Amino acid sequence: MTHGAGEQANSLLGSLSHRLRSGGGRRSFPYVLLAPTVAIMLVVVLYPLIYNFVLAFKNMSMYHFHDARFVGLRNFAQIFRETELYLVFGKTIIWTAVNVFFHVTLGVAIAVVLNGRIYGSGIFRALLILPWAIPQYISALTWKGMFNHEYGAVNLILSKVFHLAPIPWFSDATWAFIAPIITNVWLGFPFMMIVALGGLQSIPHELYEAAELDGAGALGKLRNVTLPLLKPILAPAIVLGTVWTFNNMNVIWLVTGGGLPADKTHILVTYIYKAAFTYYRYSYAAAFSVIVFFLLLGFTFLFMKYFKVSEAAFE
Amino acid sequence: MRQARRSMRTVVAHVVIVCVTLATIYPIIQIIGISLRPADRLYTTSLSIIPEDATAQAYHDVLFEKDFLLWLRNSTVVAGIVTLIGVFLAATSGYAFSRFRFVLRKSGLYSFLIAQMFPATMLLLPLYVLMKGLHLLNSLGGLAVAYVATALPFCVWTMKGYYDTIPRELEEAAMMDGASYWRAFRTVVLPLAAPALAITAIFSFMAAWSEFMVARVIITTKSLHTLPLGLESLSSTFQTEWANYAAGSVLVSLPVVLLFLFLNRYFVSGLTLGGVKQ
Repeated sequence: MTHGAGEQANSLLGSLSHRLRSGGGRRSFPYVLLAPTVAIMLVVVLYPLIYNFVLAFKNMSMYHFHDARFVGLRNFAQIFRETELYLVFGKTIIWTAVNVFFHVTLGVAIAVVLNGRIYGSGIFRALLILPWAIPQYISALTWKGMFNHEYGAVNLILSKVFHLAPIPWFSDATWAFIAPIITNVWLGFPFMMIVALGGLQSIPHELYEAAELDGAGALGKLRNVTLPLLKPILAPAIVLGTVWTFNNMNVIWLVTGGGLPADKTHILVTYIYKAAFTYYRYSYAAAFSVIVFFLLLGFTFLFMKYFKVSEAAFE
Repeated sequence: MRQARRSMRTVVAHVVIVCVTLATIYPIIQIIGISLRPADRLYTTSLSIIPEDATAQAYHDVLFEKDFLLWLRNSTVVAGIVTLIGVFLAATSGYAFSRFRFVLRKSGLYSFLIAQMFPATMLLLPLYVLMKGLHLLNSLGGLAVAYVATALPFCVWTMKGYYDTIPRELEEAAMMDGASYWRAFRTVVLPLAAPALAITAIFSFMAAWSEFMVARVIITTKSLHTLPLGLESLSSTFQTEWANYAAGSVLVSLPVVLLFLFLNRYFVSGLTLGGVKQ
C-alpha cells in the first residue's frame, strides 16, 4: 500500500470510529455495519459476474487474451449447435437425481433404524457421519485409489470375496460415471441422516401410540406418521442438497481424474471448468456458464416460490 | 408372539446398522491401513487391514521429506485470512440484517442466497481472467479473496439467524443506560453470539482448508501449494507415493474430524435456521 492510500484509509477509519463512538444514528448505523460486506461482495461477486456476461459475448481464448473482441452471439450459437450441451446436461440431471435420491433414502432409512432401540446408538451415529467430516478431496482421492483396476480394494473385494470379474472402472465410460456416483452417495448420506434424525426426535411419541391404537404396523406408522412429519424438515435440506450436488466439481473431477476416459464423464460444472482451464476457451466457457446461470436461476425461482408456500403453511 | 416379533426386529435392526456402519467406515480404515504399509508392500492384493510389518515410516517421510509442512503453512495462511475476514463481515452485516430495516434489505438477503446457488466456475472464471490480467495469480491473498466470496453467504445467514434468537430488550436496556448502537452491539450482543461466531469461524476455515478446484487454477507455483494441491500431487503418483499420501491424509483429517464430531449439531441447526427462517 502506498503512503497516500494508507493515510486516506486511516482518516477514513478515524471518521468511521468517530461516528461509531458518537453512536451513529439509528438510520446510518446499519449502513455502517453493511458497508464492508457490500464493498467486498461488489468486488469479488458482482463485478466478476458482470464481467462473466461480457466475456460470453467476446472471443477470448489462449490465442486472443489481450486482443479479444466482441463477437455477438457466436459462442451461444456454437453451444446450442453442438450435441455436447445436451449430453452433458443429461448427465448432470442423472448425476444430481441419482445422488440426491440415494442421499435421502439411505439417510432417512438409517436415521429411522438408529432412532429405534439401538445399543450404543451414539457410537454408530458418530461413525456414520465420518464421511461428512473428512475433507471432500481426501475422500474423493481415496475412493479413486479404491477403484484402481488391479490394486484397488473394490475390485479385490469383488474378486476375492464374491468371485466376480473385476470392473474396468476408468476405461469404460459408464463405469467411470458410476464410480464418482458411488463416492458421492457415500459422502452425502450422513448430512441427510443427521437432518432426518433431528426431525425424528421432534415427532411426539403420542402420535405413534395413537397410530398403534388404530392398529397400524411398523410400515403403517412409517407411512402415516414418520414420513409426513419429516417432510417439512427434509424439504429445505433436499433443495440445498440438490444445488450442492449439481454444483459439486470436486468429487467427479478428482475420482475420474478430470473426465476420464476421454472427457466422457463431465457434468456441466466440470465441463465448463475444463473448457476454461484446460483448453483455455475463456469466452466459450463463460457463455456456457451463462446458460447454466439461467438454468439455476429458474430453479431458484421455483425454490423461492415453494418456500413461500411452505412458510404460509406453517403460519 | 408380539414380544418375539419385537425382539426379532431389534436384532435385525442391530445387524443392519452394524453392516451399514462397517461399509461406511471401510474406506477410512483402508486409508489408515495403507498409511502403515512399508514402501515395498504398496503393490499388494492382500485385503488385510493392518499390514503384517506395519511401520510409521510414511508419516516420517511425509512430514520431513516432502513439502508437507510448507503446504500446511500455506493452507494455514489462506484459511486464517479467510476466517478473519469472514467472521468480521458476517458478524457486522448479519447484525444489520437481523435488527434493522433498510432499503433493499430483503433483496440483499436473497442475493446472498442466490450467490450461494451458482456454480463456483461462474465466479472463478472471471476472477481468474481478471487476476491474470492484474498479475495476481499465484498469490495466497488472491486465493483468499476467492474463498471469502464463496464462504460469506452461508456465514451471513448463520449470524443473522442467531442474532434473531437474541432478545432485543437486552440492547435496548443497554441503550437506555446511555450506550451507543455500536457499544450495545459490541458489549451486549456480540458476546452472546459467541457460539455462532465459532461456527462461522470454523465454517470459513474449513471452506478454505479443504478446497481444491479453485486453488488448482489460481496457484501453479509449487512453493505456494496448499494442502489439497500437495496431497493430490502425491496421490497422482499412485505407485510410489500412495503410503505418503495416505499418511498425509490421516494427519490432515484427524483434527478436522474431531472438531467436526464435536460441533456437527450446531452446523445442522445453523443450516436449518439459515435456510428456513426468514
